[in-house]
This record gives sequence, C-alpha cells and structure tokens, in this order.
Amino acid sequence: MKIYGFRVPLMASLIVWIALWEVIGRTGAALVLPPFSSVVERMVEIVPTPTFLKALAMTGEAYLIGNLIAIGIGVPVGVLMGRSVVADRLLLPWVNIFLSAPLSALVPVIMVLFGLGMTTIVLTVVLFAVWIIVLDARAGVRGISPSLVEMARSYGATPLQAFAKIYLWAALPEILAGIRLGCIRAVKGVIIGQLLVSIVGFGHLFEIYFSNFLMEHFWALVLTLFAFAFAIAEGLGYLERRVEYYASSRQQ
Amino acid sequence: MTTARRERPAETGTPIIEVRAISKIYAGGVEALNDISLEVPRGKLTTLLGPSGCGKTTLLKIIAGLIPATSGEVLVSGRPVTGPGPDRAFVFQDFALMPWASVLRNVAFGLELRGVSRSERDEVARRHIAEVGLAGFEDRHPHELSGGMRQRVGLARALAVDADVLLMDEPFSSVDEQTRRKFQEDMLGLLSAHGKTVLFVTHSIEEAVYLSDRIVLLSRRPSRVAQVIEPEIRRGDDPEAIRRHPAYLDTVETIWQGLKRYLD
Repeated sequence: MKIYGFRVPLMASLIVWIALWEVIGRTGAALVLPPFSSVVERMVEIVPTPTFLKALAMTGEAYLIGNLIAIGIGVPVGVLMGRSVVADRLLLPWVNIFLSAPLSALVPVIMVLFGLGMTTIVLTVVLFAVWIIVLDARAGVRGISPSLVEMARSYGATPLQAFAKIYLWAALPEILAGIRLGCIRAVKGVIIGQLLVSIVGFGHLFEIYFSNFLMEHFWALVLTLFAFAFAIAEGLGYLERRVEYYASSRQQ
Repeated sequence: MTTARRERPAETGTPIIEVRAISKIYAGGVEALNDISLEVPRGKLTTLLGPSGCGKTTLLKIIAGLIPATSGEVLVSGRPVTGPGPDRAFVFQDFALMPWASVLRNVAFGLELRGVSRSERDEVARRHIAEVGLAGFEDRHPHELSGGMRQRVGLARALAVDADVLLMDEPFSSVDEQTRRKFQEDMLGLLSAHGKTVLFVTHSIEEAVYLSDRIVLLSRRPSRVAQVIEPEIRRGDDPEAIRRHPAYLDTVETIWQGLKRYLD
C-alpha cells in the first residue's frame, strides 16, 4: 500500500488501531479497557512470573500431548475411512457433525468423566483437533492414484505395508494440511478447556484476574495468548510450504 | 539380443497361464467379459488385442489377481489364482511409480515388501536398472525422468522380483513414438534373455504384430476370443526389416480386416 508516495508496511494498520485503543483507554470511557501502554507494561511484568511460566509449561504440555494423540488417532482413522467404504459410512456422519459442532458444550461432559485436571484439558485438545485431521487424511487417501494402490497389491503388500509405505506417503500433503489445521484448532481447545476447568493453568489466571477486576492483567494475558496462537499458525504454515514442492511433483 | 528367442528351455510352449471360461459382470450390470478361454504358452510373448473398451485390461487384472472374476477360473502353472502372487509381476500403463521414492527404491520395492535385506535388494535393483539402460539414474526421482524412462523403471521393478510371468498393461501408450520403438526392441531382448513369459495388452495392431509370438484378438464388449493368430515372423532380423517384411504386413492387414467390423 502507498500513501502520498510512501510505502506503508502491511502491519502498519495495527498502529492505527493501537492508537485508537490507547485514546479510548485514557479517556476512561470503557471501564473494561485500560490504555494499551499499561497493558504492555503489565505484559512485561507478568510474563516472567513463576505463576505465568507454570501455566505456560502446563499449557504447552497439554497442547503437545493432545496434538500427538489427535494425530495418532486421526491419521489412521482417516486413512481407514479413505480405504474402506464400511468404515467411511459408519464414521463420516460423526466426523462431519463434530467438525462443525460447538465443541465447548462437550467439555463439561469430559470434566464430569475425567475430573478437573490435566486429563480433561488434554482430551479437550484432542476433541478440537482430531476431526479435521481425520477428514483431511481421508481426502488425501481418496485422491491416491488407483494404480499405485494396485501396484502395492500386485507386488504383495500386506495391508499394514500398504498403509505405511504407500497411503501415508501418497496422502502426505493432505495429511500435513489437516495436522496444521488441527494444531490451530487445538490452540482453541487448550484455552477453552482451561477456561472451563478454571482451576489450572491460564484458566486459573484468567479466573483470578477477572474476579479481582484486574483488567490490565486480563488484557495482557489475552494479547500474549493471541501472539502465541498466531506464532504457532505461522510456524506450521512455514513448515507446510516447505513440503509443498513435493505435492506439486506428485502428479507424475 | 533377439536371437536368444530361439534358445528356450524344453518346456517352452506348454501353457503357463490357462484362462477357463472367465466372465466378468461389473456391479451395475456391465458385462465386460463373456466366457473367455485362452492359453498363454510358457516363454512366449502373447498379446491381448482388441477394440478400445473391450475389457483387455479387465482380463489382465483378473489374471493378475487384482480383481475377481464373476465366473470361471485362471490357472498359473497349474495353480488357481486367488489373488496377486510372486509368480506374476505387473507393468502399469501409467507406470505407478512412487513419486517420493528414488528410482533405486522404486525398482527394489517388490523385494522390500518381501523383507529382502537392504543391501541385497539394492544390489538386485542396481543390476536391473543397468539392464534397462538407466545406470546412473538410481538416485533420481520419477518426476525428473521422461515418460519412456519412467516405464523403464516400471519394467526394471517387474524384472527385479523375478516372476515367471510379466503382465503388461499398455506399457507403451504413455511413451512417445520415437522412444517407443527403441524401448520395444530393448524389451524384446531383455525378456528373451530372461526367458520370461509375457502377456501384453495393447490396442496397437502394429505393436502386437511386431512384438508377439501369439496374438489373441478379442471382440467388442462383452468380449469373447475372436481369433488367435501366430505371426510367422523371424525374430533376430534387423527390426526395420521386420517392419517391411511381407509376413508382418500381411498379418497387420489380416488383423485390421478382423477388427474393422467392430468399428461403427
């Protein structure tokens, strides 16, 4: 974008919005919105505290374990659905329902079953991430050239060999796209899980800040989490672009 | 190289594949094959030739054990076919190479599936890669090769598993004309040197007559065996001489007359 001949960087519009926030915050018009500058000050203050770091470590752990479970379940199930009509008929309606369902509504059920702890948060992450991984793996496998499947069979591949040596690799671009989308959804899962459980991790911090009306702390935490989520999405996008060369060479 | 075609084991000529009364009706009622019986002699190159859409490939895949027949049975070396087996290797029309794997791994794939150790299967694969004229390309990937070279990889993969029978589904149809002739000659030499039995599907009359010891002419769908022709062509001659030989031209003409009635 150019204004009066000056090149304006893409993110420059953020400055406008930040300035607006600052002005509104300083007028004190909105009770819940402290000025941006004091939010940033608070961010610098709370990020190095042990409570925050502990919450971060806990969140990171739940996120990682949840994603690994979601990938470990989602990819094989998606491949199975792509290969077997029966499995596809049985599972596809559920996958589609859960893909668009408001999953937060199910978190209390998990809470009742698994208590107010780490297990519930990990399962919330799985619940948010797994469906898109299943669906993309399925799409990838359905797109495999039939002759590649026949090749594996005619040279004597067992179903397990065909899965590990052909389906997984041939569907890799779609599987990776699904994992990236799953990881982004998992960020929502890990935060929503903690908010609903609200006695561990960031959920606990939110609870403390909000009930004591510490709005600067609250916004500092929100911004930090937004930044983390954005960084994760961008990082995964970068990884995916690096595998893309392979997707284009896949069409022989 | 083609002279080796005359020096085959004594059992040459006895049927290795017996197709008995095979019919195939696809789900939905399309009748592809109707009561087909034929024999493929050991150590020879037999071609399935017919109008497009006549079910040649279907028959080949039934023999490969990739799709089940509706009725009838196929025997390979006297044993009924119930699925794919190590006695048959398939060469695909669209090559069916793994794009993420090197030429070496593609050629060694059949052996990899059988659990042959890496050093052993790589050695076998290298030998066959050299045989099909691709020495030096072991570490390339399929997308770096031309169509003709990719099919050479497909042929090397089929040779590497050392099956008695090679089933080839229009292997040259995705290969350009200039490359094709050279490839056909190389293939004839290679196959006769290994004493392989080949069942070859094509829709090209010239290709069938040039390559085959026996041509099975299929009728239009639902296919039956219309005619079996054994071209009396002396191999070992210069390939260009074969293509000008009266016997070659006569056979092409006979088959053309036979096929013409299936065209509307």
